[in-house]
Amino acid sequence: MSAKNEILGRIREALREPAPVPGHHGDHGKAQLHASAEFSQWLPAVGEDLASQLDLFAKNSADLKTEFHLLASREEFAPRLRELAQQNNWKRVATHSGALTDMAVPAIGLPTLKTDAGYEVNAMEQCDAGITECDALVAQTGSILITSRSAGGRALSVLPPHHVVLVTRAQMVPDLAAAYVVVREKHGDKFPSFISFITGPSRTGDIERILVLGAHGPKRLTVFCC
Amino acid sequence: MNTPVEQFREDATRVAADEQHRRLIQGALGKYYVARDRQVGRFQDWQSARQAAAETKWEAVNHLDQHLVSFAEKLEARGGKVFWANNSAEARDYILKICREKKARCIVKSKAMTAEEIHLNAALEKDGYEVVESDLGEYIVQLRKEAPYHFVFPAMHLSRGDIRELFDREIGNVKSDNPEDLTMVARRVLRKKYCEADIGISGANFAIAETGMISITENEGNARLTTSLPRVHIAVMGIEKVLPRLEDLALFLPMLGTAGAGQAITCYNSMIGGPRQPGECDGPEEFHVVLLDNHRTRLLADPEQRDALHCIRCGACLNVCPIFKNIGGHSYGTTYQGPIGSVITPHFRGLQDWKHLSNASSLCGACTSACPVKIDIHHHLLHNRRNAATQKPRWWEKLAYKIAAGVLNWPEFYAFATAVGRVMQKFHPLVKGSVLDPARAWTKTRELPQVAPQSFRDYWRARERKP
Ligand code: SF4
Repeated sequence: MSAKNEILGRIREALREPAPVPGHHGDHGKAQLHASAEFSQWLPAVGEDLASQLDLFAKNSADLKTEFHLLASREEFAPRLRELAQQNNWKRVATHSGALTDMAVPAIGLPTLKTDAGYEVNAMEQCDAGITECDALVAQTGSILITSRSAGGRALSVLPPHHVVLVTRAQMVPDLAAAYVVVREKHGDKFPSFISFITGPSRTGDIERILVLGAHGPKRLTVFCC
Repeated sequence: MNTPVEQFREDATRVAADEQHRRLIQGALGKYYVARDRQVGRFQDWQSARQAAAETKWEAVNHLDQHLVSFAEKLEARGGKVFWANNSAEARDYILKICREKKARCIVKSKAMTAEEIHLNAALEKDGYEVVESDLGEYIVQLRKEAPYHFVFPAMHLSRGDIRELFDREIGNVKSDNPEDLTMVARRVLRKKYCEADIGISGANFAIAETGMISITENEGNARLTTSLPRVHIAVMGIEKVLPRLEDLALFLPMLGTAGAGQAITCYNSMIGGPRQPGECDGPEEFHVVLLDNHRTRLLADPEQRDALHCIRCGACLNVCPIFKNIGGHSYGTTYQGPIGSVITPHFRGLQDWKHLSNASSLCGACTSACPVKIDIHHHLLHNRRNAATQKPRWWEKLAYKIAAGVLNWPEFYAFATAVGRVMQKFHPLVKGSVLDPARAWTKTRELPQVAPQSFRDYWRARERKP
């Protein structure tokens, strides 16, 4: 008999006797799977309109040390990126093809590694910044939803020391449940192999619980939202 | 060699008296309490969220067979390989086999308690592979050749000075003890390893039955690098980690972040559903998931304690436990420390050998009220005590209870015994703490309670007599 069948056999045998539902002090309450629409009444509150969600995202960003900038229009992506590149003395950057990145990244005028057709890990490691798009911004938690399709693969947003995200206001969603809806609508059940919520720059508290940014991932996270 | 209980007594006694340890733990946990309370306060209804999480886990664990089968099918359809391991040996052998086939040299690992549970590092190193822990805390304890101190904060027991010394000795030329500088030292060393490694090994915080994904929660980005750069990714997870639907994470990720570290959600929460898919530019060519039983089905077979499998390993119960705070994580001698470790270890490694952990509790219930999935932890400690006594009753305990019952049921004798106690207690200071002291185990570190000068019965009678 295979280990799979052995394990499943033991599980089925074990489950023949029912277990009480937690939180009912031994009487048999009923467990139910709550619809994700219900979560929003318990989780931290989020406003309904875009303006309040942008506000909340900005407030969360400040707490998380994400550098969040609201821009007036798409035309500002290029000059703001150029400014950032100059301030930080970037020598080379990495990015991927996309409507927003194609518009803005060439304007920096730096050697650019593109991940679309594969890349050398060591070459990417040498880049000063990874510039990506994303699938959504999550107001409730200050998170950025990326997938391996929307953000140029798995490593582009974590290997270079500075991650820059280009995004539009229309991509704001209230909470994580709504973010999953975005993924489902885009991909049906052909999910990308990698989906991630990025919430602030990489961090650790492993030494005396003191916060240090840039543990292994980016030290800085900048979001330009138009 | 010491038995587990002897070792436990020895270690717990030593650590409880260690003031440096106390200072570090109180300092670290003080910060945690502030952050956690702030995050819990942001929830509109933390208690209902806990109840919903508990019910979701109940559904997952009580239909575990269906959810696991669905998880495996979905993942296999996307090119992932699923290996079912009855025990640690099978899991280790499978992973070693992959390493051999791939002719691996360097292996990076992100935090995985299941890997600790199956003693994976030792097995890999024995076969000549270089294994590097990439989580900062895990890296530190690996360099110290120690087990993790706490399953969420592995190096919580060390000061920055300890870590500077360690890095200076093992890596070389580390002069600053600033946490930021120390973190950057580790970052530099580990960067190289990610780029070289052939195989990345991770754990999983959740698995999704509906979509065949695993979900990894972390702060540093080490798990993301571990699962992105090497050619092969192996995830080791307990069979109980599965959740029914992808959307369930919208509840569990914030709850894990809040209870675990006082964060609204941790920095990176990544859902991985397979190896690199067609049209993707990176990610491993192979993705293996090892589903580990290793006695979890034994716990599952006990309906009374089945909910201990709901645990999401947030560590909240450790952080609030007065015993943990006094004796520290290493004294437990288990992979999973703290209250939940005391509950589950007897099921994994034998009740009689590990029942002492269930006795080492004040039953204050702090763990139960901290648990985000409402596991009735402190009652399970009682269940373990009862089960241990039923399984192997001790004659002298039984006799003691019989005598106590006899005395308590005979009011005249009880009054007489109390009176004797009142007199004898006057002489107690003469022997207190010496070998002649019958209460020595107690009086070594505490004062004995005094018998009241007047019993309640006498008091009541005296009161009745007054007009
Ligand atoms: S038992 Fe509850 S509080 Fe303890 S680690 Fe598990 S989920 Fe967290």
